[in-house]
Amino acid sequence: MDRRDTIKSILLGSVAGGLVLQGCKTEVEEKPATTDNSTSEPGGGYGRVPEEIARDKALMAQEFFNEHEMATITVLADIILPADANSGSAGDAEVPAFIGFIVKDMPSHQVPIRGGWMWVDHEANARDGLTFVKCSAQQQIAIVDDIAYPDTVKPQHSQGAKFFSLMRDLTMTGFYTTKIGIDDLGFIGNTPNVWDGVPEEELQKHGLAYDQDWLVRCINQEQRAKDPVWDELGNLIG
Amino acid sequence: MQIKEQPKEYDVCIVGSGAGGGMAAYQLANAGIKVALVEAGPFYDPAKPEYQTQLKWPWESPRRGAGSTREFGDFDAALGGWEIEGEPYTRKDGTQFDWFRSHMLGGRTNHWGRISLRFGPLDFKRKDHDGQGDNWPISYQDVAPYYDKVDQLIGVFGSREQIPNEPDGFFLPPPKPRLHELYYINAAKKSNIPVIPARLSILTRPINKKRGVCFYCRQCSRGCRVYADFSSSSVLVLPALETNNVDLYVNSVVREVTTNQEGKATGVSYISKEDMQEYKIKSKIVIMAASACSSARILLNSKSSQHPNGLGNSSDVLGKYLHDSTGASKAGFVPALMNRGRHNEDGVGGMHVYTPWWLNDKKLDFSRGYHIEVWGGMGMPSYGFGFGVSDMNRFVKDASGYTTGGYGSKLKEDARRFYGSVIGMSGRGECIARKENYCEIDPNVVDKYGIPVLRFHYNWSDQEVKQARHMQDTFEEILTNMGAEILGNKPGADSDYGLAAPGRIIHEVGTTRMGDNPKTSVTNINCQLHDVDNVFVVDGGPFVSQADKNPTWTILALSWRASDHIIDQLKKMNI
Repeated sequence: MDRRDTIKSILLGSVAGGLVLQGCKTEVEEKPATTDNSTSEPGGGYGRVPEEIARDKALMAQEFFNEHEMATITVLADIILPADANSGSAGDAEVPAFIGFIVKDMPSHQVPIRGGWMWVDHEANARDGLTFVKCSAQQQIAIVDDIAYPDTVKPQHSQGAKFFSLMRDLTMTGFYTTKIGIDDLGFIGNTPNVWDGVPEEELQKHGLAYDQDWLVRCINQEQRAKDPVWDELGNLIG
Repeated sequence: MQIKEQPKEYDVCIVGSGAGGGMAAYQLANAGIKVALVEAGPFYDPAKPEYQTQLKWPWESPRRGAGSTREFGDFDAALGGWEIEGEPYTRKDGTQFDWFRSHMLGGRTNHWGRISLRFGPLDFKRKDHDGQGDNWPISYQDVAPYYDKVDQLIGVFGSREQIPNEPDGFFLPPPKPRLHELYYINAAKKSNIPVIPARLSILTRPINKKRGVCFYCRQCSRGCRVYADFSSSSVLVLPALETNNVDLYVNSVVREVTTNQEGKATGVSYISKEDMQEYKIKSKIVIMAASACSSARILLNSKSSQHPNGLGNSSDVLGKYLHDSTGASKAGFVPALMNRGRHNEDGVGGMHVYTPWWLNDKKLDFSRGYHIEVWGGMGMPSYGFGFGVSDMNRFVKDASGYTTGGYGSKLKEDARRFYGSVIGMSGRGECIARKENYCEIDPNVVDKYGIPVLRFHYNWSDQEVKQARHMQDTFEEILTNMGAEILGNKPGADSDYGLAAPGRIIHEVGTTRMGDNPKTSVTNINCQLHDVDNVFVVDGGPFVSQADKNPTWTILALSWRASDHIIDQLKKMNI
């Protein structure tokens, strides 16, 4: 399609008649080079509308956690997902920064996480006279062991377990939505390809096979570039 | 405030650029008719980089695709949602209706499931069979030629099955089932529940030179940069603009249809979002396609001495008979799907197989049916991935000895071994249209444009609740057949068996229903207002009943049919 022709016939609501295309405003505005996609690329790098770009910019400019809280999150995230033979740690995947952002994006997380940390620091103080980050690795793990298993947690640790489960969820999500996490998981996709059914070895592993009466109805991918031809009744004949 | 008039007079002014408005614009423009297409939201074209979310990775979104600003996630193409700042709606008598709006070029066709089902012969005449609701004044035979044309213009894959109430069309070949869909097929078979290839408007083979063929990324909801799926903006509006017969007004919120002393429509007035001023467009004909409820709202707000009850509302039926699809879901963990081999199974954006309603001939304690949509597989992670993954250990007693919860490398192993092991299904069913479910103008509330807003009144009846119970029992049976552990508690009578709130399935129709009798209907069989012959409604409003089928394909067919009538009448100079 000739893009100029399309744009020519788009009118803004106002009579003024200026042929400005609202969604393209970011294209023409000169912005200093920065690694932050939200301002350097059209559509914020992934199809954002101006209101969304403005919202993200405002969120990025704020800090919710203080230094102590960020330090604690970093320690705990690496306990939840440490580096191992398969992949890097939560820290390697920059999970703490993700959690720092998501609590601003979803304010409902703010009290459970901040309050949860207060709970954990109180527990550490009561046991060892130190905040959680200052505890030895052994002391930290002793607390974590008490709150990491929600189905068997002791009643006096139940609030801590609730907090730990939230931290585990956010750490997992923050990790598996990065390249490090996706490589660990082995997700293969998000790329142009041609789907032609489940691989044979996978079918065999599950004791399955495609029925012939299904296959005859499905596409023969060798014809995927071919114009379809129907008879008058709608039967695909070519 | 001075209302400014656009200088040009159009043959036709179309309000809304979704399925109905896009189709009307395409047909009229190609017939040489001068059209003003008025859209409340911004321009959108997924082929242009600034709009693209397709093939982006989760880390390109700081919230990893979460739905903080877009209801279905950061990468979803559709703007808007059930709540829009500055554009409220209200509810009456403690009832609930949730109203989804997407103000942008193409409207809600930018994120719909592409499920493209024809209504069957029975769907147009349900009252003849169960005595409930009303028959359509037209039959399948009237619409079939238009379904045939829509299939060939827009493209839909499927298979010819000769099922009486699931008419076959001009189908492209469907994709092969994915692994979890093979599990579903086999499990459904054990309960004699049929499964057939899905029918989605996605191009598995080329339809024309302007559109590419599906490259199987599973992301239709993000908008396709090669236009391999149907959205009104990509497939109808952009080609309509190329005719040079259409002026597209974006960011223009229509307030009302204007009328003259004879009571005939003279065009529309709208508020420009650019300068918050009010403008007028003059046209010989007005076509409403703003969505069932938005069109009803505009018509109800178009009061004049000739039309004191709103435009086209002498029957007092305008806004009434509002109905949305029923919906309920269930998921299960399938131990046999643990430790899956990895392969790219993205496939098309949606299910490859589904179950059409199979019990038309059986006596049940409810009278209308539902179809079953299937989901699962090894999808791309986004926000929410990994939440509670270790909970699945509750069902697994194996050598690992892993428990629920925990931390460390064990969590990574859980993420890997449980990946793709959950299968779910959703029912989408027919609600019986009733006069008591309606939208009307709230006498006390306006939106930020000063336009009076809608107030909803909606209750499910026993019919819909019992249908949801049947869904739950069916889903449980199928999941049990595949050896699944069912996730979540089974919802009971206290929660209407998990029946989604009205409006949540986003298939609302019926507010300007068609009929032969001007006292009991708003539009005639050509989607034309009984009261005003130069106003038409081509969205879901004219639906008498919605079947268990997603409404888009029928909106497209009826809009084309109405457009043919308009072209004919304009040629004969009857309007």
